[in-house]
Amino acid sequence: MPRWHKTGEGLVVGNIGLCDRTDLPQQNTGGILAFTTLALVLILLVMVGIRVVAAQAPTPSDDDVNAVARELYCPVCENIPLDVCPTTACSQWRELIRQMLAQGKSKEQIKQYFVAQYGDRVLAEPPRSGLNWLVYGLPPVIFLGGVYLVYRGLRGASARRPKPASEPAGPPPADNADAYLAQVEEELRRRL
Amino acid sequence: MTEEASMTRTGKRLPLWVMAASFAGLLAFLALIAWGMRLNQTGPIAIGQKAPGFSLTTFDGQTLKTEDYSGKVLVINFWASWCQPCEQEADALEQAWQAYKPGGQVVFLGVDYVDTEPQALAFMKKFGVSYPNGPDLRTAISQMFHTTGVPETYILDQQGKLAYVKKGPFESAGEITTVVDELVK
Repeated sequence: MPRWHKTGEGLVVGNIGLCDRTDLPQQNTGGILAFTTLALVLILLVMVGIRVVAAQAPTPSDDDVNAVARELYCPVCENIPLDVCPTTACSQWRELIRQMLAQGKSKEQIKQYFVAQYGDRVLAEPPRSGLNWLVYGLPPVIFLGGVYLVYRGLRGASARRPKPASEPAGPPPADNADAYLAQVEEELRRRL
Repeated sequence: MTEEASMTRTGKRLPLWVMAASFAGLLAFLALIAWGMRLNQTGPIAIGQKAPGFSLTTFDGQTLKTEDYSGKVLVINFWASWCQPCEQEADALEQAWQAYKPGGQVVFLGVDYVDTEPQALAFMKKFGVSYPNGPDLRTAISQMFHTTGVPETYILDQQGKLAYVKKGPFESAGEITTVVDELVK
């Protein structure tokens, strides 16, 4: 029968010490059993080890953290994005983001957490709800209204412009032209 | 259609409903701006003025409401773990709390302003803070009090009116007890 001995160097499996011949068959059976148990334990440990390694996600890099942090603003020093904020508080928040990323939280979940803790002002973009809709809705409405007014103005201006006659005006009557020419020549003659 | 008629049609003014809607929209927009400005310009609570009520969910999960403390003096301290001056006054606040705790006439509440919970808890452990503390979620409480930074302490009398404001750290427990003793009398 295998015996487990706790030593200073850990667990040792098997029989310790000398054994007599009468024990040999029993010892062989025990040895096989011990070997099998040891193999199973080792396999189990390796499997658990693999699972632990797989469960440990790699520590998020600074780039990963900053990808989230740049969409958030420092709640204390306003108008400074969290990724470039130099204060201790911001450093703590970036570390918090790193921890949350390591826990498998998504960017949206992290942003929601920050909003719940510190309010909407930490968001780079105001949330699309309530009065914030004005921020998104008013500019296009005003732009479209402006386009409509310009269109009306241009249309009105073109309508007020006198239309050219359907037939091009012909040369002035010969009599008028002659009189005019005569008047010009008379004027020139006087001046010269 | 004659040219004159065409000019008359295109040159006429905008429909009345468009003008009315535009005017109403403009008025609503101006009213919104005025409302926002009014909110921003509302000053801090004056001494003697009734302080706003609020509820605080502490780090250990209790929900405390200020209205439950009517008849008691309330010491509300805004702090943060990243705030150096808050460290200076942490001992003084705890000492004062220990002095008043047995009497039950004074309640201390710590409001942790824009902080991370692990850091806040580490701060409380470091300075042995034992009175109820909780995060200022969405900075709602600090906005109610129009705080300008941390640390700031607001002391309310038994009627919930603001009796004393300290902007900056208390130098000693005695500074706190001097104020509170006057109110407890």
